[in-house]
Amino acid sequence: MNTIRKVSSTPHVRGKVTTNHLMLAVVTALLPACGYGIYNFGNRALWIILITVASAVLTELFYELLCKRPVTIGDFSAVVTGLLLALNLPVSVPWWICVVGGIFAILVVKMLFGGLGQNFMNPAFGARCFLLISFTSLMTNFECDAYTGPTPLALLKSGETANVYDMILGRCNGTIGETSMIAIILGACFLLLLGVIDLRVPGSYIVSFVILLGMFGPAGFDFNYIVAHLAGGGMMLGAFFMATDYVTRPVTVNGQYVYGMILGLLTFFFRIYGSSAEGVSYAIIIGNLLVPLIEKITRPRAFGIRRKM
Amino acid sequence: MTRSTFVGGIHPYEGKELSKDKPIQDILPKNDLVYPLSQHIGAPAVPLVKPGDKVLVGQKIAEAGGFVSACICSAVSGTVKAIEQRRVVTGDMVSSIVIENDHQYEEKEIEKPRPLEDLSREEIITYIKEAGIVGMGGAGFPTHVKLSVKEPEKIEYVIVNCAECEPYLTSDYRRMVEEPDKIIQGLQVVLSLFPNAKGILAIEDNKQDCIELFKEKTVDEPRILVKKLKTKYPQGAERSLIYAVTKRKLDSTRLPADVGCVVNNADTIVAVCQAVIHGRPLMERIVTITGDAIKEPGNFRVKIGTNYSELIEAAGGFKSEPEKIISGGPMMGFGIFETDLPTTKTASALVCLTRDEVSLLEPTACINCGRCLEVCPARLMPNKLSDFSAKHKEEEFLNYYGMECVECGCCSYVCPAKRYLAQNIKSMRKLMLGKKKK
Repeated sequence: MNTIRKVSSTPHVRGKVTTNHLMLAVVTALLPACGYGIYNFGNRALWIILITVASAVLTELFYELLCKRPVTIGDFSAVVTGLLLALNLPVSVPWWICVVGGIFAILVVKMLFGGLGQNFMNPAFGARCFLLISFTSLMTNFECDAYTGPTPLALLKSGETANVYDMILGRCNGTIGETSMIAIILGACFLLLLGVIDLRVPGSYIVSFVILLGMFGPAGFDFNYIVAHLAGGGMMLGAFFMATDYVTRPVTVNGQYVYGMILGLLTFFFRIYGSSAEGVSYAIIIGNLLVPLIEKITRPRAFGIRRKM
Repeated sequence: MTRSTFVGGIHPYEGKELSKDKPIQDILPKNDLVYPLSQHIGAPAVPLVKPGDKVLVGQKIAEAGGFVSACICSAVSGTVKAIEQRRVVTGDMVSSIVIENDHQYEEKEIEKPRPLEDLSREEIITYIKEAGIVGMGGAGFPTHVKLSVKEPEKIEYVIVNCAECEPYLTSDYRRMVEEPDKIIQGLQVVLSLFPNAKGILAIEDNKQDCIELFKEKTVDEPRILVKKLKTKYPQGAERSLIYAVTKRKLDSTRLPADVGCVVNNADTIVAVCQAVIHGRPLMERIVTITGDAIKEPGNFRVKIGTNYSELIEAAGGFKSEPEKIISGGPMMGFGIFETDLPTTKTASALVCLTRDEVSLLEPTACINCGRCLEVCPARLMPNKLSDFSAKHKEEEFLNYYGMECVECGCCSYVCPAKRYLAQNIKSMRKLMLGKKKK
């Protein structure tokens, strides 16, 4: 009669949300940006997205098979990395850039450091910066069928003005996923509503960037100039999808505000004083490196602990 | 009325609808009753009887084994069969008094206490002590010790914990619906110990009917207030509750009395009323038998010492084979591997589930999402603490306030990677507490 039943330590119930759900939510939230990218740049963009995602996922699979580790591609984290990398590539890159980027992101930035949750740098941006440095001309070649001119940020940098309306909609040149502010915000709202991300990092990032740009930028608080800077380049994609990456942002609440402000500061410096027009990727990977320090400084005080006199 | 609450916490599936509307049923034990000598925090009780002795209902069978300890009274009449090692819900073997029930329920002569107004502070506390009352919410801290604060005039709030924030549990709810006067009387007894205190009935807003009921009943009681709490787990945890009611913060090194509070569970308050007004010791409690594996979930008034198998029988037995049985609520209760266990003073429920959610999913890598930090009522970093525990880094564990953990389990509940956060932290805390004692 007395069958032995399962016992375990408390708690005996679990929430419904799993890592897979979170990753799938991010994939879903990126679909508008992907869709617009394909619409904007043509079918070639679709191929770049597919090749990058496939190479990221396959790298993880082969690495795990080779090392006889449990296969974790089912958690969709490699898909997210591949998607984010693809959205940060110009549409004109040759196919092998996608493959090299996907492999670098997963193998070097993620798996070699211990896989999911262990990487100190956002894999997609790590790979993007690697590609930018190694294949600068290919990665900054924005010539394509749809557009021939420079990116709006490059225009701004050279002192010209950009059409803000087009930039918000996304009718401009740039990497596949970064052009449409509306598509990115749409995806970000989906994540915000689901509670997958919050506004702490993106909010403090954007606000501090705008304040710095207004106070010390070449155009002051010029509405068109500031909106062009927000809509242009990887700002939106970076703030809502890359800077909010769980693994590489501080886990403490105060740390997230500090991190956002550091990103704002770095982006401002890179964009205004740097040699290239774009600065979000570098700002975020440098911010990533500061995360352990930020977490240490902003360790929360436990409930009821009194400040030492 | 505004809803008070604390920062953090979770809102798990409540499951209370299974047994919420089932009136309390009395059940009498069929077989032997078992009284573990250690069913409270503190020193084990010392037996006053030996095998072969005849005992009566309400007779004290074990004496408190120290200041922080509680006595035990028999709930039936019969013969002491043995004093032997018996298994309890934690899985430990504990020395226990086994009483053979003669089904006569011969009562010990009960001396009715004098009216409350005539009793001195010491007399009231003695009644509570002699009744063997302990915190019946789960912790089992002897109530007479809790009420013996050094400076009683400094206590400003006597909080009755009617939150019942654990999923599935409805025993306190039924108490409130069916015997509200006993709770109010019990609170009056406790208030008589603290001249400057206000009595607060803290109730979660998923029990709106109780809030209304108590407001109506306490209209003419200037010293008793009803406080509406947000429905959230662990609203009933002592420190979270004190914060919700008074906005005073407390860490693990201080006691509620340090911020002018005394907190007692609703069921404990009823036991106090029984002891001081009616002179009856703690002999029974209300247990919720519920879960999707139980045929007729309900609330039962159970003689302490009754075997769990009898309780399950009383609730119609199993509808389907349970995969997991929990003594207590699913957040903080004990998983039990057999049902041949005695009901103790702190047993609030038996939750029988057909599916064990814990073994369903394997833990995966931490993705640093920060959900555990958000829900932690102690505002800790469970991800880091769990890591320190696994690596046995004592210094870091203490630096990150590991000892402030209240073991509520919110972090494990919410973790998307299903990591054993609370479990790791709990083991480490046990180790560190053990070290401190040496």
